[in-house]
Amino acid sequence: MNFDLLTPELGLCGTALLVILADLVVERKTVLAGLSVVGLLVAIGLTLWLWGQGPATAFGGMLVMDQFALFFKLILCGAAILVILSSVDYVSKFPRFQGEYYGLILFSAVGMMLMAATRELVSIYISLELASISLYILAGFLKDHRSSEAGLKYLLLGAVASAVLLYGMALVFGFSGTTHLDKIAGMVGSLEGLGANPGLLLGIVLMVAGFGFKIASVPFQMWVPDVYEGAPTPITAYLSVASKAAGFAVILRVFITAFGEPAWLSQNWGMLFAILSALSMTVGNVVALAQGNIKRMLGYSSIAQAGYLMVGLAAVGRGPGDFIGQSSILFFLASYALTNLGAFIAVIAISNKVDSDLIDDYSGMARRAPLLALALAFCLISLTGIPPTAGFVAKIYIFYAGIKQDLLWLVITGVINSVISAYYYLRVVRVMYLGAPAAEEGVPSSGALRTALGLCSLGVLVLGIVPGVLIGVAEAVKFLMP
Amino acid sequence: MPHHLAWAIFLLPLGSFVIISFIIRPFFTRWPQWAGYTTIASIGIGLIFSVWTLIDVFNNGPLYVPPVDWVVIEGAVTIHLGLLVDQLTAVMLVVVTLVSLMVQVYSQGYMHGDGGYCRYFAFMSLFTASMLGLVLADNLLFLYVFWEGVGLCSYLLIGFWFHKPEAAQAAKKAFIVTRLGDFGFLAAILLIFFQTRNLTGAGTFDILFLHEHATELAKIGFLGASVATWAALGVFSGAVGKSAQFPLHTWLPDAMEGPTPVSALIHAATMVAAGVFLVARLFPLFEASEQAMLAVATIGAFTAIFAASMGLVMNDIKRVLAYSTISQLGYMMLGLGVFGYAAAMFHLFNHAFFKALLFLGAGSANHATGTFDMRQMGGLRKAMPWTFATYLIASISIAGIWPFAGFWSKDEILAHALEHQPALFVLALITVFMTAFYMFRTVFMTFGGEYRGGAGGEHSKPHLHESPAVMVVPMVVLAVLSVGSGWFNFVEGGFPHFLEGAHGEPASFFFTVLAHPWPWVSLLMGIAGILLAYAMYSAKWVTPERMGQLFAPFYKLFSRKYWFDELYEQVFVVRFLVNGLFWINQLFDTYIVDGLVNGVAEGTLVAGRGLRRLQTGQLQLYGFAIAVGVLFIAGAFYLFA
Repeated sequence: MNFDLLTPELGLCGTALLVILADLVVERKTVLAGLSVVGLLVAIGLTLWLWGQGPATAFGGMLVMDQFALFFKLILCGAAILVILSSVDYVSKFPRFQGEYYGLILFSAVGMMLMAATRELVSIYISLELASISLYILAGFLKDHRSSEAGLKYLLLGAVASAVLLYGMALVFGFSGTTHLDKIAGMVGSLEGLGANPGLLLGIVLMVAGFGFKIASVPFQMWVPDVYEGAPTPITAYLSVASKAAGFAVILRVFITAFGEPAWLSQNWGMLFAILSALSMTVGNVVALAQGNIKRMLGYSSIAQAGYLMVGLAAVGRGPGDFIGQSSILFFLASYALTNLGAFIAVIAISNKVDSDLIDDYSGMARRAPLLALALAFCLISLTGIPPTAGFVAKIYIFYAGIKQDLLWLVITGVINSVISAYYYLRVVRVMYLGAPAAEEGVPSSGALRTALGLCSLGVLVLGIVPGVLIGVAEAVKFLMP
Repeated sequence: MPHHLAWAIFLLPLGSFVIISFIIRPFFTRWPQWAGYTTIASIGIGLIFSVWTLIDVFNNGPLYVPPVDWVVIEGAVTIHLGLLVDQLTAVMLVVVTLVSLMVQVYSQGYMHGDGGYCRYFAFMSLFTASMLGLVLADNLLFLYVFWEGVGLCSYLLIGFWFHKPEAAQAAKKAFIVTRLGDFGFLAAILLIFFQTRNLTGAGTFDILFLHEHATELAKIGFLGASVATWAALGVFSGAVGKSAQFPLHTWLPDAMEGPTPVSALIHAATMVAAGVFLVARLFPLFEASEQAMLAVATIGAFTAIFAASMGLVMNDIKRVLAYSTISQLGYMMLGLGVFGYAAAMFHLFNHAFFKALLFLGAGSANHATGTFDMRQMGGLRKAMPWTFATYLIASISIAGIWPFAGFWSKDEILAHALEHQPALFVLALITVFMTAFYMFRTVFMTFGGEYRGGAGGEHSKPHLHESPAVMVVPMVVLAVLSVGSGWFNFVEGGFPHFLEGAHGEPASFFFTVLAHPWPWVSLLMGIAGILLAYAMYSAKWVTPERMGQLFAPFYKLFSRKYWFDELYEQVFVVRFLVNGLFWINQLFDTYIVDGLVNGVAEGTLVAGRGLRRLQTGQLQLYGFAIAVGVLFIAGAFYLFA
């Protein structure tokens, strides 16, 4: 039994407990945030150390620490750090439970990190629940009307989705008699068609639905706007980035390991994801046009971004031997994490001062807070996919993966959608730069928040200009096939 | 030499641009002179590094700076950021940094007190950086980026005094006309990329790769000619635009609306020469295609004489110089087209110095008189001895009088033309006569005779004065180079030897060149031109008016610039574009495109509002949606799988 492999997760659990205990004795609550960040940095350090160790498995093959899992752990820990840094101002207004807030973020990070590292259905489910339950609580953390509604909705719909997922897993287990992905692959690999096995078919579809809920794919996206709007903004950012990344990690591993063979099956789920991708892009972007609340808008935008990401999934399904689909998803997720977190952090800073999330209240922000407005504009430009930003490279890369697998129609849909998205992303930029400021005073923010925003913007710029290094890493990352 | 220095040559002026734009201009408005100092310092250091690079390349051969991967997508596109410092680049680096440095020093005096002082130096820094990037780039994509970069800076600097309508017009014209040529260049880059993909499996923009595989490209057929021919012609069309060759020459004379130091740097010495540089850079591609070489030689020779003819009759000194530049660039193109690679580059090298000097001289005269119209000048010889002396030296040099710089390179181009295209040689020889004539016409009209009053005309005669030292010193430096830069031909086997590696033949020596008959012929042509100018404008044996009457049709043809502006303006723009194409486009645009766009936009918004209604906030509905989704997917999956 090799516990070394679990050190990042164990370290984070320890940190989370320590933070909750420290909350009882420490007066300066910023210490809690500092402690959490240190724990996450240690986890990143340990993850990098494990990267050097090479791939290994534990718990009879249920857990696997390969480069794929470690790549996601780095993204997730990085996202958690940025979310915690941007929470400092926000959380300082809470009368109580600040330690629990940070602790829950860390616990859910542990859950997501395990999601990326398991290849056994029950462990996947457990890790997913660990991540989700923490997030349900966090979504309702403010206890005001909106936040409670968000928390409750997220909990109820999440429970439905979990049930659906579990049902799907049960059907797959019923078909194959095993919960290990590699053994399921052994059973599926010799099938000629799904027509004779409607149980397996339904199992796969239900699993798609369960995971689709996590990544906010149409038609399992209905919770997104309500929860995004009501949840504390840092948690919305966390949901939109980390939760989605972990969902994609699970989908990639499950579908490539268990259902990658035979070719007709992967063709089929590839086409399924292609259709969901087109739907998500279109619904997300079109409805985002009509939003007046920036958090709701970013919610719909995250549905659309899930659509772009699923272009990569479709490419993976249509050409399982070709790794460009997978590496394009990894790159897209990294750049999307930086970009979306950057946008949300700017929104947090502005809402701390203005106390509104309406786009109209961003009027003239460029004059009140030039750097903040610049960073937000830059992130929105990246979300649109305009150079020199990470979003541009990520989109090109993922669309290229689609074209390579003959998904031209899907890529054209994606490009048209990008044009539509320019309308609502750039509208915010227009309001900020051309609108008349509603008030004169500036928008102060803490050093932690400014650091987080600076890191995001810098990352978006660097990935936009020199994407080569990360593309190289994403191309080298493979997961351990049994 | 460490590789980083080559990068530094390019990055220094870029840094200067950033510092001026983001630090000096917003925060140190009271000390604009620091913008000038920053520019001069960065380019000065760049010059030292450039000279070092040149010496290093001279001794050790080309320097390959390891490329940095910029974008690598496995199996599809690989774009490197790399520098290629061969002999050609090394020479260009010195030309660009040296002329730029002189011009920046001079600009401190010329632009003194201008409201846009910081902006001016910021643009000049950006231009210098782009130009250096252009000559350093090791692949076509980066070359193209900087190619557009210098075009942009040219636009910004021609329109520097944008409140003057003519300047704004000229800037637009320059940008659009060169764009026509750039279109061909871009097409050539894409053609090369896709054709090399067929050749090797992965497309490339790499210049060295093209050098090595040009002959293979010449063997692939494409649209009735070879790929090499089409690629070379596309590249050449970009060069025609940038170097203002016929028929895209019309923008350069108008570009004289910009500040004079800008004309000296951009529209005489460097950017307009970028077209010539580009052809030289991809010379193996041109060598692989006879048709392309013929096109280059013909357009070059024709432009040389065509532009010179218009230069004969202009009254604005800067316009004369502009036509002279076009004509000299035509010479260089001719040189390239007749396989005189080294000769053409040698002429570019020499021309950069004497033409920049001529512009600085014209600027200096303008500084004193407030006009560029030579009819209002005259007699500046006494008041401005330094300007006169340096301008005279440059004129002798461009007229091609032994042993000034212009003689050596011009003569080599003529020799190559005689060998390969005797008909074009005759045109070039006549151009020598015309060049000498119009240059000395400007000398006599500007500096000879009596002062005719400057901008105010006859009645106001302000006190004439020599320009300040900060303007005179750069002119003196350039004057020294205008005499001596041709003598680089005698160092270690000469310029051709250096540029072409070991292949070039050693050049004729300082005096031995006069042992051949042809140099005497061209020399006599030049002297005849000078004498005619003397006869008409100084000694007044024949008055220009009389000559004008004698050759009335020609005079009208030349002074109306062959009606090319009218042709483009009236026939092409108004009749063809505005009344024809645009009218149809407008109909199409209003009714079909706008209808479609507005319709789609409206439709999308309506759809957005409609779909939004589905988001009722009711949990039951959301759960129901999940169920419907699952059923729908399962059904579809079952049917199609």
